[in-house]
This record gives sequence, C-alpha cells and structure tokens, in this order.
Amino acid sequence: MPVIEAKNLTFTYAGSNKPAIKNIDFSIDRGEFIVITGPSGCGKTTLVRCFNSLIPSFYRGEISGKIDVLNLNASKSNTSTLAKNVGFVFQNPENQLFSLSVERDVAFGPENLGLKRDETRQRVDWAMNIAGIEDLRETAPYELSGGQQQRAAIACVLAMKPEIIVLDEPTSFLDPLSSYQILEAIADLRDEVGITIILIEHRLDLVSKYADRIMIMDDGQIAMEGPPSSVYSEEAKLLGVGIPKVSMLFNLLKKDGYNLGETPVTIEEASQKIRKCF
Amino acid sequence: MIEVKGLHFSYDRKEVLNNVDLKIHDGEFIAVMGENGAGKTTLVKHFNGLLKPDKGEVLVDGKSTKDSTVASISRNVGLVFQNPDHQLFSETVFQEVSFSMRNFGYSEETITKRVNFILETLDLSSYADTSPFMLSGGERKRVALASVLVSDPKHIILDEPTIGQDYHQKDKLRNFIVQMNSQGRTVIIVTHDIEFVVDCKPRVVLLSKGSVLADGCYDSIFSNKDLIDKASLMSPQISLLMASLGDLNFDPKIMDLYQAKTVLEGKLKNCL
Ligand SMILES: Nc1ncnc2c1ncn2[C@@H]1O[C@H](COP(=O)(O)OP(=O)(O)OP(=O)(O)O)[C@@H](O)[C@H]1O
Ligand SMILES: Nc1ncnc2c1ncn2[C@@H]1O[C@H](COP(=O)(O)OP(=O)(O)O)[C@@H](O)[C@H]1O
Ligand SMILES: [Mg+2]
Ligand SMILES: [Mg+2]
Repeated sequence: MPVIEAKNLTFTYAGSNKPAIKNIDFSIDRGEFIVITGPSGCGKTTLVRCFNSLIPSFYRGEISGKIDVLNLNASKSNTSTLAKNVGFVFQNPENQLFSLSVERDVAFGPENLGLKRDETRQRVDWAMNIAGIEDLRETAPYELSGGQQQRAAIACVLAMKPEIIVLDEPTSFLDPLSSYQILEAIADLRDEVGITIILIEHRLDLVSKYADRIMIMDDGQIAMEGPPSSVYSEEAKLLGVGIPKVSMLFNLLKKDGYNLGETPVTIEEASQKIRKCF
Repeated sequence: MIEVKGLHFSYDRKEVLNNVDLKIHDGEFIAVMGENGAGKTTLVKHFNGLLKPDKGEVLVDGKSTKDSTVASISRNVGLVFQNPDHQLFSETVFQEVSFSMRNFGYSEETITKRVNFILETLDLSSYADTSPFMLSGGERKRVALASVLVSDPKHIILDEPTIGQDYHQKDKLRNFIVQMNSQGRTVIIVTHDIEFVVDCKPRVVLLSKGSVLADGCYDSIFSNKDLIDKASLMSPQISLLMASLGDLNFDPKIMDLYQAKTVLEGKLKNCL
C-alpha cells in the first residue's frame, strides 16, 4: 500500500519564473528505502518539502497536481499533523535545533506527542545512542561541530519514531564511520519496524546497498528510476550522478570491450564478478 | 607559509586543540580529515585569525595572527565556512560574490570581470541577480565558494567544499582548485569526502581528538587500516575492492579509478 503518492505534482516558488518541480508522478510503498539523487538544484529538496506541507504552507508559491501522504492530502494538511508521522532531517541541521541543550532538543518531540516521562527518557537515550551523541547531552547546539549538529538532528527525528523518515543529504557533515553506522541503524529500523525511508544523497557509494529504488531527478523531473544496478549507467553519469566507483569501473571496462556482466552496486558484488574471471 | 606551533585552544569549557604543530608550505595541497568534533574547523579558523591561540602561535607568511586583524589576513587567506549560511548576507548573488573585492578596493571593471568569470566557473551565472536565500543548499555552498575564490587569495581554505555538490560540480570544483594550486596557491580542504580526496591526491593531515594523528601522502595514509579506524574514516572503494582481491595480487594501495582500470585490463588480457 502506498504511503506517499504524487500525481502530476508541480510547484513554482513565488518570485520564480520556472517550476522547481514539474509533473512528478510516483508512489512509495510502506517499508521501502528510496534514494533520491540528481544534480545540485534539480528539485530534490523542493520535492520532499511537499511531503509535510512546508510547501506550500511555509514556502509560498504555485502548487498543482496531487500529493498524498499516509492518505492525507499533504498540501492541505497542517505541518504539525504530518510531523507526528513524517520525520525530517533537513539539509542544514542547524536550523532544526533550538533548545539550550541537545537532550532538550531530542526530548522535545516525544514530549509534544504527550508520551509518559519514562517512555520519553527511554526514547531519548535510545536515539542519542544510535546517533552517537550520549556525551553531548548538556551541550548547547551552538557549541556543536557541524557533524555533531547533524547527529543531533537525526536523534530528534528518531526519537519521534515516525512512520516515514526523510533525510536530506544527511551524510554531508558526518564523518565516514558515523555515516556508515547511522545508515546501518536506519536500515535496521526499516527491516525491524517497517518504517519507510526517503533519503536524498549524492554519494551513492554510501547508500546503494540499502536502496530498494533510486530515483534520479533532473531539471525538476524524474529522469530515471529503478533498482540501483539498473540505473548506474553511463547515462546516469552524464546527468552528474555520483555512481559508485566500483560501478564506474565496470562501465569503463565495458567500454574497452571487457564485459563482466551486469553493473555491480557494491564492493562485494564487484569483487565476486572479477574473481570469476581468474 | 602557514606555520602552527604548539597550538592549544579551548572554547569555554573543554580543550579542543591540544598541542598542534603543522607546517604548510606555499603551493601545497592539503586535506584535513578526522572524526566529527576532532577540531578541524577550529584549526582552520586559526589560519585567518578568526580564532587566536590560547597557547602557542600561528604564523601566516611569517607573521603571528595575534598581531594582525582578520581583515588584513583575509587579503591573503580566503576561508570558506563549513555552513554557507554563516557567510551569506547580501541581497543578490552578484553582490555577495563581489563584496570582498570591493572591500579590497579593486576597480569596478576588474570586479565585474572576475565575478562573472567565477560565476561562470561554478555554474552560477543564471543566479547573478537572485537572492542567495532562494537557492538550493548546494548552490548556496557554491556562492560561498565563489565569494572567496573570486579574489584569488594566496592561501585558500575550504571547509567541506563538496557539501551538496553532484558529481559534475565536484569535478569542476576540483579542476579549478587544482589549477589554482598549480599556479602556486596553497589549497587546504577540510572534508569527509574520501573519494574526492583520492581524486585530489593531496597531502593528508589526520586530526583526532584535537591532535595530529598522522600526516603524509594520501595513499600511504588511506592504505593504513589502523589509521583509517582511529580517524573514523572508511577506506576508499577501489582500495577496498583491491584488498578483497589481495590473494590474486591486487594492491590495496591502488585507489584511483583509472589506475584500477589499467591494472585490471592488464590482468584480464592475460587470462581471457
Ligand atoms: N562555538 C563553540 N563553543 C563551544 N564548543 C565548540 C564550539 N565550536 C565547536 N565546539 C566544540 O569543539 C570541538 C571541535 O569542533 P570543530 O567544529 O572544530 O570540529 P570538526 O572537526 O570541524 O567537526 P565536524 O567534522 O563535525 O565539522 C567539538 O567537540 C565541538 O563540540
Ligand atoms: N526558497 C526558495 N525560493 C525560491 N527558489 C528556490 C527556493 N529554494 C530552492 N529554490 C530553487 O528551486 C530549484 C530547486 O532547488 P532544490 O529543490 O533546493 O534543489 P536540490 O535539493 O535538488 O539541490 C533551484 O533552482 C533553487 O534555486
Ligand atoms: Mg537540496
Ligand atoms: Mg567542522
């Protein structure tokens, strides 16, 4: 059953003369792990801003078509109703933190849901543990490094245990090991509780192994869509998509006449395919 | 030259840099890497005098930053912040990018020429009259980059330059900074993007918990598993692929895509 459905969705920011997204059609099922990628400025953030009515409630402009989230008409619902079920990690984590300590920020969401104190405390501990920020409880957001802010923003969203989590370039401030650990934890949540993950990312090497589907956007539209192996082509590279280097390697070899089969997505797949040749 | 001698620094409560020594020669290309909170941003903010050492000193071209103002150091040291929103304030992209040159007193003609050139280079020309706050995250980062690169500073420091950038933009940015580097500019990038670093082939300084953990050529550092773990890095993809084929005599020191292609084709030729 789809949890998000877009039909012919088009949006133009007020003051802009061309749509930032146009005629977008897709449907995302419960429990899917979707990666959205595409050139800088192609409309990725704009698209997800429609999922919790930030567009058109906060960012004004002209919207047309349909966007349903958990069977609600998202463009007509208010952001706080949706916020319970759709958690957002924004591209700039700093804008998401407003308390005087990390712990207060992480507790804010669960408290607002009206949860009991024990439950709140449990969730806060759990979320801070996954994000690796237990030792920053008392720290104020402005005292955090960029990556620590990013982790705090992720913890805030996890503590809400929403049905859908949207992460907009979450790894951009994270060190490689924490990117890996946090993505693994999020993928586990998907497997265990069946939450739906929508992740915007340029570094496909980091996320390919989790993705059920990759959506490549270009100039406000969905240009290619499918499982990773089917979209990691030369064509995707031409769009500026950062397909993993192991996938690129196989595309380069193919060009030179060495066809080692379907384009691999992970290091393990690539390794096996090469091994078979020797 | 940028010289860091016995640098200690604390914000209110905790010590963040603990006895850092570093010598960066003119024309070097350096990547500073390390875990979140390691002190990278804090370190590079010392290079243009935004932060001043509690103990020790930072010398830029022989002069201690303690004796200079940020404004005077900025003529030679251009710093792009990690978060572009801390940097952008003008009403249009053109105004933003021309701000520093105007401050330095260049002629309108020179300013216009340079600004248009840099906007073209970073794919921002169509946004010249747009407000930076109406841009996407990646576009805003490029405006922040442009506003520093425009005045062609002698030492260029870029905190997380690849944030929000797609593959083409990263490639373009890399070509541009490599070119500036080959013209003698010092380039210092702070980044978590190890694949970008592999493509830049710089000297790498690993910072961990406020101290320098390692300093050397990128390939010797990235093929050292122990260092990778200690600095919360993950090995480059190609290196991991090569390592997984170690028993077939593939060398994990290979981390460049094209080098891997050449090596593989050599071996495949013999066995097909
Ligand atoms: N303004 C501040 N006030 C107090 N503490 C701060 C401040 N800025 C940073 N810190 C602390 O100093 C330490 C180093 O921060 P810094 O921003 O230099 O890290 P970084 O290596 O750049 O990390 P990241 O990769 O996350 O950007 C962190 O523990 C952080 O919490
Ligand atoms: N608040 C805004 N007001 C007007 N235009 C905007 C705003 N935010 C983004 N845009 C424009 O909309 C387009 C898509 O932006 P965005 O969705 O943020 O891109 P992406 O996330 O794919 O990098 C870009 O051309 C950008 O300049
Ligand atoms: Mg974006
Ligand atoms: Mg930093």
